[in-house]
Amino acid sequence: MTALLEVDRLRIEFPTRRGVLVAVDDISFSIEEGEVLGVVGESGAGKSITGAAVIGLLEPPGRIAQGNIRFEGQQINGLPHEVMRRIRGAKIGAIFQDPLTSLNPLYSIGQQLIETLTTHTDLSPAQARARAVDLLNEVGIPAAERRVESYPHEFSGGMRQRVVIALAICANPRLIIADEPTTALDVSIQAQIIGLLKSLCHEHRTAIMLITHDMGVIAEMSDRVAVMYAGRIAEIGPLRDVVKSPKHPYTVGLMDSIPVVGQEKEQLSHIRGAMPRLQEIPPGCSFHPRCPKAFDRCSGERPDLMPTSHPTQFASCWKFARAVQHG
Amino acid sequence: MANPIPNHSTVPPLLQVQELSKYFVLSVPWLSGIFGRQSPPILRAVDGVSFEIQRGQTFALVGESGCGKSTAARVIVGLYHPTTGKIFFQGKSLGDPSVKSSPESHTRMQMIFQDPYASLDPRWRVQDIIAEPIRAFHLAKNRTELRERVSELLLQVGLSPSDGEKYPHEFSGGQRQRISIARALSSHPDFLVCDEPTSALDVSVQAQILNLMKELQRRLGLTYLFISHNLAVVNHISDYVGVMYLGRLCEVAPKRILFNQPQHPYTRLLLDTIPDLSISGRRRQPVTGEVPNPIHPPSGCAFHPRCPSAYDRCRIEKPNPKFAKDNLVACHAVEEGLLQ
Repeated sequence: MTALLEVDRLRIEFPTRRGVLVAVDDISFSIEEGEVLGVVGESGAGKSITGAAVIGLLEPPGRIAQGNIRFEGQQINGLPHEVMRRIRGAKIGAIFQDPLTSLNPLYSIGQQLIETLTTHTDLSPAQARARAVDLLNEVGIPAAERRVESYPHEFSGGMRQRVVIALAICANPRLIIADEPTTALDVSIQAQIIGLLKSLCHEHRTAIMLITHDMGVIAEMSDRVAVMYAGRIAEIGPLRDVVKSPKHPYTVGLMDSIPVVGQEKEQLSHIRGAMPRLQEIPPGCSFHPRCPKAFDRCSGERPDLMPTSHPTQFASCWKFARAVQHG
Repeated sequence: MANPIPNHSTVPPLLQVQELSKYFVLSVPWLSGIFGRQSPPILRAVDGVSFEIQRGQTFALVGESGCGKSTAARVIVGLYHPTTGKIFFQGKSLGDPSVKSSPESHTRMQMIFQDPYASLDPRWRVQDIIAEPIRAFHLAKNRTELRERVSELLLQVGLSPSDGEKYPHEFSGGQRQRISIARALSSHPDFLVCDEPTSALDVSVQAQILNLMKELQRRLGLTYLFISHNLAVVNHISDYVGVMYLGRLCEVAPKRILFNQPQHPYTRLLLDTIPDLSISGRRRQPVTGEVPNPIHPPSGCAFHPRCPSAYDRCRIEKPNPKFAKDNLVACHAVEEGLLQ
């Protein structure tokens, strides 16, 4: 069985006057039908760029320099603009961080939903309107029949994000790219939106690529996690394993640096330094200058994802190559 | 309002805030102002807030956006004049527009802002940014002393003295926040108001800054007012916590008690929204409703439309903070013992 989405050796570059910057460097992962893959990393790790590449919304001068993106077995990178536009919305939905910029302020919520529905489905305008009201009900907007005439500015942040979710699911896509869907929201609203996304995707068997910097959101929602660092996947594996027994030294440091309610610590452990800028990525493993476990091989050779002591967990770290050699 | 912090010593608190309010009069669209004879709406950003901070401690104000926590911080440092209420710093009244504030109180109290990209002037060298308060308050006798003090400050926040030659854009977010801290420390303050100092930073860098702040507190005996929406961060850094909702304090308690035995229904709701990193599969109580518009807050207790324990009295009467065990709680249901 082929996966719903397969990303194979993807490399994304930004040519600039001072040379080519590599934002995403040779990453591979897949998402199964109905699965939630959490992509977590610090700002600049390349997670949003990867999401944008999958839906074909990479902003120039960014370009896919190498690799393939396959959706339902069909290659979707390099497709003509018009063909990609049909897939986007109908088969792959998107939810972005700021609900205010994802909605057009000049059209009512109803008009935006009806436009999307008539573009991607065979519904007549009248049917589409009825479906729009149903969708608003489904995402938990009270008095949907009346609110369908309202404009985005008449909604609160949480309600707008619900509308954006309604737009993303309206054509019943197989995959949703959710880029920081709850970051702009307050904590109590964030919990509501996470709950809503979870139940909707469970019902419709929609897969999600959940991009966020917030390990808490990942822990609440995803089945598997990919941890990104400086344009590479540092570690990928099932949620419980990555959170409870991280393998890559970066993931270990990241998990330890998150303050947790109920665990009293005088000092948080932290990773020294900061993630390198794109123009200063060191040779070898990009994490080695900050890594407490680094040895000679780390500064010379770049590690690819390799099996760890745990069969379903993969990490880009030479530590595990050594373990295998020693038998 | 009674003092939530059992004060066994005779030392007065470093900061005392009494019934502090800040109202903003909002502008009316030009034509409605002329023809509509509409009186401009009033936003009660902070509405009768009282608390105290003892020397050397960290008091955190938490709440969702729009609850008035940042406004309260800005009134305390003097960026806004309070509408009503009093602020006492080391026993002396501050923020009274009739009394000209002494420069001394400004050197003793400094602020760290949320966005380290917006709070540093991009055209200034780091050493000039840090030296500005020293120059403004004439705290150095000559250039050599000034330069030495700047180097010392840079070292104190974990940067090197040679970094003073650089411009802010040459630093990462975490390093810039270190520069902000160095600038805040330059006038030898006792009290720092920190408005979401780590919200713009990545988690691994956030841990560095939180550790630095705790270390500086221990070494220099600093007192912090820490504003945040992140409960896990508040749990890590604070000694006392005040929870705000729509301009009012709903609960004040020592940290450990607040996190283990929250009393106010809103505090319970907030604690329930903390993402579960241990993946225990804990069922959350479904959270309903949203923060109402602060221009037209609900009658009575502002939280009643979202409160699972609300009853008639909550719709009519504003609750005042009263002690329930060790917590100071503004809730009728808690006061009448209706919640277990």
